[in-house]
Parts: sequence; structure tokens; C-alpha cells
Amino acid sequence: MTSQDTRTDWSALLARTGFIELGARARAVALLDTGTARELCGPFDRIESPWLEPQGVVPEADDGVVVVKGRLGGRPAVVIGVEQAFQGGGIGEVSGAKIAATLSLAAADNRAGTPTAAILLLETGGVRLQEANLGLATIAEVCSALLELRALQPVVGVIAGALGCFGGMSIAAGLCTSLIMTREGRLGLDGPEVIESEAGVAEFDASDHTLIWSIDGGTQRTGTALADVLVLDDVTAVRTAVIDAVGRGVPGEHRSQRIGELRARLQAVDPADPPEPADLAAVWAKVVPRKAAPQKAAQQKAVPRKPASRKAAPRGDG
Amino acid sequence: MSRGRNWTRALADGDVSDVVPSVITADATLGGDVARLIAVVPDPRSPYHRARRGEVGLREGLALAEAVTEVVTGDAHLPDDRRRPIVAVVDVPSQAYGRVEEVLGIHHALAVAVDAYARARTAGHPLITLIVGTALSGGFLAHGAQAGQILALDDPGVVVHAMHRKAAARVTRRTVDELDELARRIPPLSYDVTDWAKLGLCDGLLDVENAGDPTGGDVGKVRDALTAAVERARRGPRDLSNRLTSPAARRTRAASRRVHEALAAQWR
Repeated sequence: MTSQDTRTDWSALLARTGFIELGARARAVALLDTGTARELCGPFDRIESPWLEPQGVVPEADDGVVVVKGRLGGRPAVVIGVEQAFQGGGIGEVSGAKIAATLSLAAADNRAGTPTAAILLLETGGVRLQEANLGLATIAEVCSALLELRALQPVVGVIAGALGCFGGMSIAAGLCTSLIMTREGRLGLDGPEVIESEAGVAEFDASDHTLIWSIDGGTQRTGTALADVLVLDDVTAVRTAVIDAVGRGVPGEHRSQRIGELRARLQAVDPADPPEPADLAAVWAKVVPRKAAPQKAAQQKAVPRKPASRKAAPRGDG
Repeated sequence: MSRGRNWTRALADGDVSDVVPSVITADATLGGDVARLIAVVPDPRSPYHRARRGEVGLREGLALAEAVTEVVTGDAHLPDDRRRPIVAVVDVPSQAYGRVEEVLGIHHALAVAVDAYARARTAGHPLITLIVGTALSGGFLAHGAQAGQILALDDPGVVVHAMHRKAAARVTRRTVDELDELARRIPPLSYDVTDWAKLGLCDGLLDVENAGDPTGGDVGKVRDALTAAVERARRGPRDLSNRLTSPAARRTRAASRRVHEALAAQWR
């Protein structure tokens, strides 16, 4: 991918299978080794949100989160996928409990001698406001369980698109051992629309897609080391990157533990006169030198991407 | 007026110091322990113009992590059942909604704070949250929501929620009146702290005379409640599993409990 797509490799392009266009269940199955996927607490268990129907919202039998256990590159793994098509990927009581309980069970596996890793597919606007306080509480529990597992095995976050990862779940993304993004993926705490309505259009113009991607987009987040690996929207490329990320194991110090690095980065920027997003990587590289970027390897293995075609309006609820 | 500052001052044994102007700390004797209090307070002169009213922004996320980590590092040599309690005094309107915040990755700054709080709890520090005002959204996730014990004042000015009323109505495409009507029937939607306290997330709802500016009696009462919470935290689990086992949670969070049981049964 260093050639910047000047020549179209048609055979690779035709062989490519888009990851973004898959639903959460298909994404989870596509990542795991063929024939090993087994869904837990699936739609037939019918554990629905008890809070939606009284509000006139139709619940779903899986509450918009799929949990699929299997093997990844031969190693035990569990994939937790948030379905962006249901309630904007909003986290409610049941969907949040599914994520937190799965991470806790994977941690228990590790303590019992089975080195289970977890993959989080994060397409979510954060707290599902129809379940407000219970959504907020479960996200805190997700963060706690994620940290419990992260000490034992990698917890790899994937933000492929099209919705992106916003709200409280962006904090969970920040806690992951490593984060994989596509150019189409976005990561931020508050979605552009929420900022615009809270602070005005001069603060953030939510209709300016170039601005949004320049700040929240996968290229920017990996370029500024807030994410680790930039991959193409291709099933094989994403799977390869995930296997590589799990293979790197548990680092000595996680991104969210590097307090000194955060301090140095904030000190390097005057909030009254911040750099343009495009210049931020260079500003930060001066105060926190980057190690060899792992995205190189993943990119070289990947096949070319087609032009981005989706632009969903980001939301970011809370 | 800052409830966070008033309560921190009132509970403190001595001086209140600041990590940055918007994050203050103090020591408070609770029974046989000297706890470290940490609060986020307004700083009208903050260089981050979207974080001047007590919001948890970039600088606050970092300062919270520094304040918590200082306690954890300082007590690392002690047996883990002798480590100092940490009390998050919470009155936060929200996270900071702003462009520079997103450019610099506020989600990461809040993750750094969450990480530090959770690490303190798992290292054995009793981690207690005292909600004296608003505890909203990402601001609460970063400052307070990782605690093993959560206490709140029983006062109309105390609000725990995912998003303030107007914004929540807008995002869910309802009027504020419709939202209030639904909240009367659906407890997790309610902005009333007594409804929140029924969800199984509250370890004590404290009746005080003056929630904004505590009386001597209020301070004594809250200090006793904090001391009892420290004892419970020392005896209890170091993860957040107690949030699903309380009598209130058994009623309100039955669906969460079913999820845990189903996943454990199918896990193998």
C-alpha cells in the first residue's frame, strides 16, 4: 500500500471481500478460523431488553450484541460484536451485560489455564439513551472487565465502520490492548452532531465530513498513535491484523497506562491555538517519539481497497 | 458555588490542594483510615474553553489519573488490605464537548483516568464515590463510575444520568415532557436520584440538611457513611460484581443476571 494505489491490481481487487458491509454476526464468524465459530447467548436464548417495549421500541432477541467463541489462528478466542443496525449500536442493560460477562469469563478461562483472547467489534454510539442509567452502568462494568482480561491476554478492538465508535464505548476502545481501524472507521468521545448542538456550529460543523474524518478517522487516529493498525476494508486484511495483534501478546505497559506520554502530548499543544489535525502527528512525534509502527506489516499483506463509499452521519450519544 | 469544592473542604482534615485548578485533593480521616479525596471543580480560567464549568476534559482526565496514581504508588509497599481509601467527590456536569477535545483524543484522556481508578480498586484501595451534585455521562464514567461503593446525597440537585434532559430528548426524538412521562414508568430513564438508587447501583442514599453547603451535622453523617463504605469495600470483591448481587439489583437487573447465567452455562 505504499504505492498509493497508482496502479490497480485487478486480481486483488476482485478477490477482496468487504468487511464493513457485513453485519456483526458475519464479521465475528469471518474473523475466526473456519468451522470453529459457536455463538453464545444468541437470539434463540431470547434475552431481550426489558426496557424498550414499554417505550414503543421493538427489542431484538440478541439485543444487538453477538458473542461468538472459536479459534483465531489456532488459539482460543471470543469475538464480541456490536450490531450497528440496531439502535445505533447503543449499549443497553442486556447488550452491555453480554460484553462485560464475556470479558469476565475469558479472564476466568485464563486463570484456569486456557489463554482466551477477546476481540471487540466496536460500532456504537455509546450509551443507549432509552436505557440511560443502566447503559451507563454497564459501560463502567465493561471497562472494568476489559481491564481484568487485558492483564492476562490481548483485548483487540476493531473499528471498521461505518458507524464508528463514540460515547462511553470510546473509553473502552481507549483501554484495549491494541486498536485496529480502517480508513472508514471513526473514533471519538462526542459525536460531531452532539458537539454542534451543545456548543454551536462554530465549535464543530457536523455537516463537514472532511473535518470529521480529519479528526476522528482511522488514518488520523493511527497516525497520532491513538490507534495502532490501519487496515483496508477487506476480511482477510482485518483477520490478518487481528491475528498479528493477538500474537504480539500483552505489552509491558498499555496505552492507557502511559500517563507521562499523555502529559507530554497535552503540554505540547496550546488549546487556544491548536495545530490543524493534519499537523498533530508531527507535533506529538517531537515529544513522544514513535516506535516502529506495526501497521506497516499489516498493510503490506492487505489487498487494495476500493474508494470509500459510505458516509453515515456519526452520532455519539453519551 | 461548587458542591464538589464545598464538600471536599468540609470533609478535609486540613488544606485542600490542587493538581490543576480544576482537580483538587485533600485528606480526610475516616475511622482508622486517612482517605484521599479527589474532586473535579469549575475553573473559569481554564485554557480549554469547553471545560470551565467543572466538565471532565483532557486536563482533568490526566490530572485524575495523576492524583489516583500518586496514592497507588505511595502505598505500593503496604499490605494490600492497608492501602488508603480513595473517595471521588462527584459533581460533574458532563465530559467536555469540544473540537480541540476531540482532536487531541479526549476519549483517551478519560480512558487513562478510568484505568487509574480501576487499578487502584484492584490493588486493594477501597474506592468510594460520593455523589454530591450531577454525575453525568462520560464525566461520571471517568470520575466515579469505577468505584466499588457509590453513595449519593438524597437531594433534588443530585442527578445521575447518561445525558442531560434536553440533549437526551433531542437524540431520542422526544419532547422533554414525553421523556419525563416515560421516566415515571421506566426507572433507568429517570432523573430522580431516588429512582436511580433503586437500580442496584447505590450503596447508600444520604439525607442531609444542606446538600450545597453542608452543616456540621451533615459532615458527620457523611463521614460515618463513608467510613462504613470503606469497611464494606475492604470486605467485598475488588471487581464490580457486587453491583449485580444487591437486593435492588436482583429485582431491577434481572436481565443482566440472566445474561451472566446463560453465558456461563454455554461457555464450556
